[in-house]
Amino acid sequence: MGEAPGPHHDWLDGEAGPVVRPYAMTAGRVQPAGGGFDLMAFVVAGAPGGAQLPPSLQPEHHTILAITQQPISVAEVASQLDLAVGVVRVLLGDLLSAGLIAMYEPPAAAELPDDRILKAVVDGLRAL
Amino acid sequence: MDSVRSDTDPAGRRVPLALKILVAGGFGAGKTTMVGAVSEIRPLQTEEVLTAASVDTDDISGVEAKSTTTVAMDFGRITINDEVLVYLFGTPGQDRFWFLWDELAYGALGAVVLADTRRLADCFPSVDYFERRGTPFVVGVNCFDGAQRYSPESVRAALDLDPDVPVLLCDARERESGKQLLIALVEHVAQRRGDPVPAAAP
Repeated sequence: MGEAPGPHHDWLDGEAGPVVRPYAMTAGRVQPAGGGFDLMAFVVAGAPGGAQLPPSLQPEHHTILAITQQPISVAEVASQLDLAVGVVRVLLGDLLSAGLIAMYEPPAAAELPDDRILKAVVDGLRAL
Repeated sequence: MDSVRSDTDPAGRRVPLALKILVAGGFGAGKTTMVGAVSEIRPLQTEEVLTAASVDTDDISGVEAKSTTTVAMDFGRITINDEVLVYLFGTPGQDRFWFLWDELAYGALGAVVLADTRRLADCFPSVDYFERRGTPFVVGVNCFDGAQRYSPESVRAALDLDPDVPVLLCDARERESGKQLLIALVEHVAQRRGDPVPAAAP
């Protein structure tokens, strides 16, 4: 049989990519508990200390709870954590089903933003 | 279901409205440049199941268990005010990631299609896609250094666009140029709906 791996792994440089497979931190789960999370949905953590944190939470869950103290979009959570959106959806599902975050869905796709909002966007873009 | 829509959560924290605008076009048409010129840009990783279309291109012999691939998109944010955010998503440049677009296009306000006149055909798939979906879009003709300049009208004819689709010359490196494309898109969205956005007060 081959030798036991030594302490030095020359192949483990930056080019090797992440050393933890993305879905390892979700225990292999690819579907979030409790439905999907639209990229444009907002999530927000409950009041700090308001709920007992289950011991099963991963470090990534704690990071999400820290950055969702103010409402933040699902896309932005994934970007800040530098994790794939699919992984973040699973982690958010855990927190949602544990009652630790609330989710605010975007308006229905068929519902266009009203005039007031479109005008605010044009004005905001002009002012950039 | 504890998903509700309101402007503030029970603790009084304001939940903004996020609008999604896609930036599409062929590979190298200036999508990343434009998103970076008008917004704070960060990468966004999505992990998607490999489809038959990509099996031909990704050599998965020996790693047959691999069924997902990571795709990085350009992701930018423009803060309009404390109620409204605009997110820009640079669509993946390769056709084989078309399956990402359906989720991206769902609920999008509209799209900016960047055209490179040296390879105009590269933006055909984007134009086709948004026309088929009925997603409002504008076309930005990116004027690269040294590229022969074409008039917006000749690009409109070459792309066989509907007469109401705005076509603008642009320079994706310039913030001002990107702003004009986004403003044209929002005005186009309002016009399609029949309520032109009033001009800004002077």
